[in-house]
Amino acid sequence: MSSLTVTRATLWKDLRMEWRSKDAINSMLFFSLLVVVIFSFAFNPTAEESRLIAGGLIWVAFLFAAVVALNQTWARELRNQVLDAYRVSPAPPNALFLAKALGNFLFVVILEALMAPLFVVFYQLRSVGPAWQLVVVALLGTWALVVNGTFFAAMSIRTRSREIMLPLILFPISIPALLAMVDSTTGILTGEFSPDFWIKMLLVYDVIFTAVCLLLFESVLNAE
Amino acid sequence: MAGTTEPSSQPVIFLQNLVKFFGRFAALRDITDSFAPGRLYVIVGDNGAGKSTLLRVIAGLMQPSQGSVSLLGAERVRDVAHRIGYMGHAPLLFDELSGMENLRYFAGLYGLRDDRACSDAMRRVGLDPDLERRVGQYSQGMRQRLSLARAVLHDPELMLLDEPFSNVDVHSAREMAAVLGRVRDQGKTIFVVTHQAPLMEAVADEFVHMSAGQIVSRQVMTRSTVSVSSEAGGAR
Amino acid sequence: MKPLSILFIVFTLALLGFSTYQALVVAPTEQTMGDVQRIFYYHVPSAWVAGLCFFVNFLASVAYLVKRGSNVDALAAASAEVGVVFCTIVLITGPIWARPVWGIWWTWDARLTTTLVLWLIYVSYLILRRFASGSQTQVLSAVLAIFGFVDVPIVYMSIRWFRTQHPSPVMGGGENSGLDPVMLHAFFWNLLAFTCVGIILVAARYHLQKMENQVESAHAQLALQGGAR
Repeated sequence: MSSLTVTRATLWKDLRMEWRSKDAINSMLFFSLLVVVIFSFAFNPTAEESRLIAGGLIWVAFLFAAVVALNQTWARELRNQVLDAYRVSPAPPNALFLAKALGNFLFVVILEALMAPLFVVFYQLRSVGPAWQLVVVALLGTWALVVNGTFFAAMSIRTRSREIMLPLILFPISIPALLAMVDSTTGILTGEFSPDFWIKMLLVYDVIFTAVCLLLFESVLNAE
Repeated sequence: MAGTTEPSSQPVIFLQNLVKFFGRFAALRDITDSFAPGRLYVIVGDNGAGKSTLLRVIAGLMQPSQGSVSLLGAERVRDVAHRIGYMGHAPLLFDELSGMENLRYFAGLYGLRDDRACSDAMRRVGLDPDLERRVGQYSQGMRQRLSLARAVLHDPELMLLDEPFSNVDVHSAREMAAVLGRVRDQGKTIFVVTHQAPLMEAVADEFVHMSAGQIVSRQVMTRSTVSVSSEAGGAR
Repeated sequence: MKPLSILFIVFTLALLGFSTYQALVVAPTEQTMGDVQRIFYYHVPSAWVAGLCFFVNFLASVAYLVKRGSNVDALAAASAEVGVVFCTIVLITGPIWARPVWGIWWTWDARLTTTLVLWLIYVSYLILRRFASGSQTQVLSAVLAIFGFVDVPIVYMSIRWFRTQHPSPVMGGGENSGLDPVMLHAFFWNLLAFTCVGIILVAARYHLQKMENQVESAHAQLALQGGAR
């Protein structure tokens, strides 16, 4: 059983289980919609102003939606102590981690794809800079949040108050990535400066922390 | 593997000064013992004697606080994980998938792509492989049996089963015990932790008595008569 | 306590007295900022000690993951706690200095913001230590410490870039350039004194943790022999 097969099998299983129950997807979709609406009430800018602040608003909204998704990453595995079965098997722990991270990534990207048009509508957003760069930023930024988030979710399930523990340890470490996401989005929307540095920085962040996660996941999985 | 095989002289499990602490509580207290392969060991004892803990340490789910465990000739459990099957207290199954889907997934973790191994395993524990019902809707006994199927799916040499008969009716339990006996006859080594010792009397090779974190005695069974051996080497 | 330790403590107290004298009396009053500038002698050394503590925490965490020793973990816990204390001092003295001089309590400049993020990361580390259950505490916090420390250079670089894009007032901007030699003198004495204080605090906390570990260990050994629950 190579890592790749196990990753694929695990990802497929998770997707199938999610598709069947649909409870996580539905509640999260609705939650994302609520977040967008509430933000629109709270900040009611003109079209000109909105380009300046939309970067920050959008990413904070995505962050909240992502945390809700991340908190239930390991919920099914915990229910019947399935992780024991995984640990006892010869399957490599990193394959499990990657499958979970990829699943979360897919999930959050879908949420973002649904929330973004709503933001465009509510804030009358129109990008001055090239919009495809927004997609690049979204993908890199989402992976930055999700890779660490999946890892910290695995850590927080071993603590009391696990739902609050995840954002508590995730947010400080994600600050540079968040800064990059927000500022590059603002740069692209306003067209006033190039997001190139931020995109490169997000890439570096992603590579470094994916490596750290893969290096340390086994220790966390087997922590007693 | 066909027919019976002679158990080799090398112990399949070797415990050396094994200690396990949970904070201040010593769940396993300085156990030194070895177990020959190809036999069915039944571990019995009161609640809190350390039976489940012992199984979990052997399975590699917990690290010893002191001492060592050597399995199947290897120092690290990781190296022989594909030759071990573990069944725990909890079902270790996904409620949202059907029986076959569960088994297919876990088989994949062991590199098995063959559906037949999964359906055979289900049949052997008395479940219908075509049942589409999700495991979450199984009865307790069915879930228990599927959990056993999951543990032995990959035809492991060493099976570690924790309370396989809980919530199973007496008739099915006797059948399962007989199945385990036949598996042992094929040369596998089986450890069963149970509170229902009488069920295993017909098939067990040895009863291992644990109390307060130690192995206090080992009772070798011959199939026709019962003989009690002297104190085991592990008690201090 | 060992005689060497007592000697060191006495030496440090003397050093601290001397450096305080240097900072408050000997060093000249700054031209533009006035006496409030003297906070600099506490603000910067605290940052240095905090950084040192977090570096020790990183090394101890890596060492713990390599070889699971309780004492190494004790060092990690101790250095993180002391580091957070000094980091807090930096964050408090910063605004106290800034308000009378620049008229603002806070600015998101690179150094101060990095310090804030550092503080957040290690406070989250301390909270994780408190909330993790039992023996997992050590592994989980060691892992988080590595994440945190790896993040620090990234944090600094990203905020630096943000600030070059969107410039804003830098607090205590040029204080290291053109520093009066007497001031530099006072600064280094305080740096030394604070480092010694840091060492003492970490050592004390480390010994406390080590003793706690020993008590647990003794109880466990007792349980092993006695058979009592």
